[in-house]
Amino acid sequence: MKVFVVGLNHKTADVDVREKLAFNGSKLEEGLMRFRKLPEVQEAMILSTCNRVELYANVSDTIKAIESIKTFLSEFHNINKRSLDNALYIHDDVNAVRHIFRVASSLDSMVIGEPQILGQLKDAFELALEKKTTSIVLNKLMKKAISVAKRVRTETRIAENAVSISFAVVELAKKIFTDLSKRVFMLLGAGEMAELAARHLISNSVKEVVVSNRTYERACELAKEFNGKPVRFDEFINEMGSADIIICSTGASDYILKKSQMQKVMKDRKQRQVFIIDISVPRNIDPEINDLDNVYLYNIDDLQGVVDENIFERQKEAEKAEKIIEEEVETYLKWQSSLDSVPTIVALREKAEEIKREELDKLLNKIPWIGEKDKEAIEYMATAIINKLIHPPTMALKEDNEDKDVMIDIIRKLYGINGHEAEKK
Amino acid sequence: MGVMLFELALTFYFAATIVSVIELFKGTKITSRIILMLAGTGFAIHTISIIYRYVTAGHIPITNAHEATSFFSWCIVLIFFILQFRYRVTLLSSFIMPVVFVLMLSSSMLPREIKPLSPVLQSYWLGIHTILAFLGNAAFALAFGIGSMYLVQEHYVKSKQLGGLFERLPSLQTLDEINYRLITFGFPMLTFAIITGALWAESAWGSYWNWDPREVWSLMTWFIYAIILHARLAAGWRGRRAALLSILGFLTILIAFFGIKLLRKGLHVFL
Repeated sequence: MKVFVVGLNHKTADVDVREKLAFNGSKLEEGLMRFRKLPEVQEAMILSTCNRVELYANVSDTIKAIESIKTFLSEFHNINKRSLDNALYIHDDVNAVRHIFRVASSLDSMVIGEPQILGQLKDAFELALEKKTTSIVLNKLMKKAISVAKRVRTETRIAENAVSISFAVVELAKKIFTDLSKRVFMLLGAGEMAELAARHLISNSVKEVVVSNRTYERACELAKEFNGKPVRFDEFINEMGSADIIICSTGASDYILKKSQMQKVMKDRKQRQVFIIDISVPRNIDPEINDLDNVYLYNIDDLQGVVDENIFERQKEAEKAEKIIEEEVETYLKWQSSLDSVPTIVALREKAEEIKREELDKLLNKIPWIGEKDKEAIEYMATAIINKLIHPPTMALKEDNEDKDVMIDIIRKLYGINGHEAEKK
Repeated sequence: MGVMLFELALTFYFAATIVSVIELFKGTKITSRIILMLAGTGFAIHTISIIYRYVTAGHIPITNAHEATSFFSWCIVLIFFILQFRYRVTLLSSFIMPVVFVLMLSSSMLPREIKPLSPVLQSYWLGIHTILAFLGNAAFALAFGIGSMYLVQEHYVKSKQLGGLFERLPSLQTLDEINYRLITFGFPMLTFAIITGALWAESAWGSYWNWDPREVWSLMTWFIYAIILHARLAAGWRGRRAALLSILGFLTILIAFFGIKLLRKGLHVFL
């Protein structure tokens, strides 16, 4: 009985390999069923996302299982088995457990701390539950992985800071303004990144959108798309009095907004805070504007600086997360070792002996007048009863059977032997 | 009993201050809750101690420096809690509890015995004038705390170094708005305090205005806050400048309060 992971991710395989091996849509269900039916595989689950494809299994024979899983993958996806060798990683036992915990906690992700992976893992697990391809070991492992991920999320700040330009813009805007839904947003020009940031900001709901562009038609187009108001380019400064957040990305080769102009704008808006994001290169807005009170001007490098700092922060948090994972791997292993049959047999016997002892003592106290021989007879009978009662479960535990884990778990539950006891003994 | 209650309140405020300082470095939801519990307990005990003293003395216990400082702290904590419930300003306690603790500590070091009320103070103006004055000044104390928070947060945003407290401090606009609200609350209080003071002075000393140092400083304070409000409404002095001015204003109040006490001159000797 071994937990086992075969997979590939963005670090080991390029996108063209990943997309070939992905289990998309209905392929996932079919793949999962076939994977489960491989002779060495007792439990199976497949996680397939755009950055990784991983097959989790509980197998009886690791070496045989590797071969048959590889064959399965190459047949199922119709690719050369050899070409898989470089892309695939294989973890078994402790390493598999650790790997799964790290994946769930988003430590193995391309963007550390990104939150989607946990949802994807939950979906994969749910499908496995629905198709009944997993059982006690993988079920326990997945539940544990989900709770570890939650623990990492609450005990570290791994998912807290923005790690993309668009997110950084929104994060900053929220620290300048109380309520974005009461703020007016202005988009000046339209570069790809500006549009992306604009979209992200608008999806966080702003009160009003104003769009200005050198070509008025383009402004109208974008305004229509964002449900906003188009403004002619030579009039944008007049509109700035009411705009609280401005993203600027025009192709201009010089500053389109100078300090003196901004001073006037600030007077118009009674010095209310304004957040200006200049993503154009070369810069379109005089950097000295940042020296004005209540004006916060960020250019592309400033934003990149924020993002880099946040990524660095996340890496520091990731170190804390790794410690949590080591702890959790250990508790999981303890549980797993309690599934071993020998301690369970011992515990079962001790439990029976304990019951026998108690009941004998009670009885013999009530009938103190009986003789030594009668006592022996009674004791003999009690021993015979418990032996007969625990014989079948003991035999079942000793048998080397595929469902052994399940059996051990059931017997422990039925006889009220908890993991710790079994382990101590 | 009264002494014991006061010391107990002081102890709770001290504990709240310690946790508030810890929260600056390592804050969680739990630390914020602990602070509110400690400060809340301190506040409840403090309230009882003031009532107890009122009953024992038979008059409003704001008649000497010990009582005044203690009542001032009480007003600050009161407004602190109102702000907490209204805006949930994270980290506010870290900026306010130390002020409360220092005030309470200085109060504890001032003479505490209850003396018979001097004839001048035996007036219904005592309650009205002092409560207005201290509520107003307490609002300014909170504006000082909020203003400091504004400067810290604005430093992060302006310098583009988003470390430290950036994430946990409220937004600039929120802080600015609270600052404004506090001053618009405190200013009329101070105005009425000065007016009631003048009326009282007239009935006690026969003249509305005596150029007593406390009167002068209060007037200066009044002018500072009048300027803050005027500059904001007319010239749009908000944000950083408003924060700076509210810090300056409160420092003026502190000088007025303790500086004049040290001078021990003028007609306001009892305070």
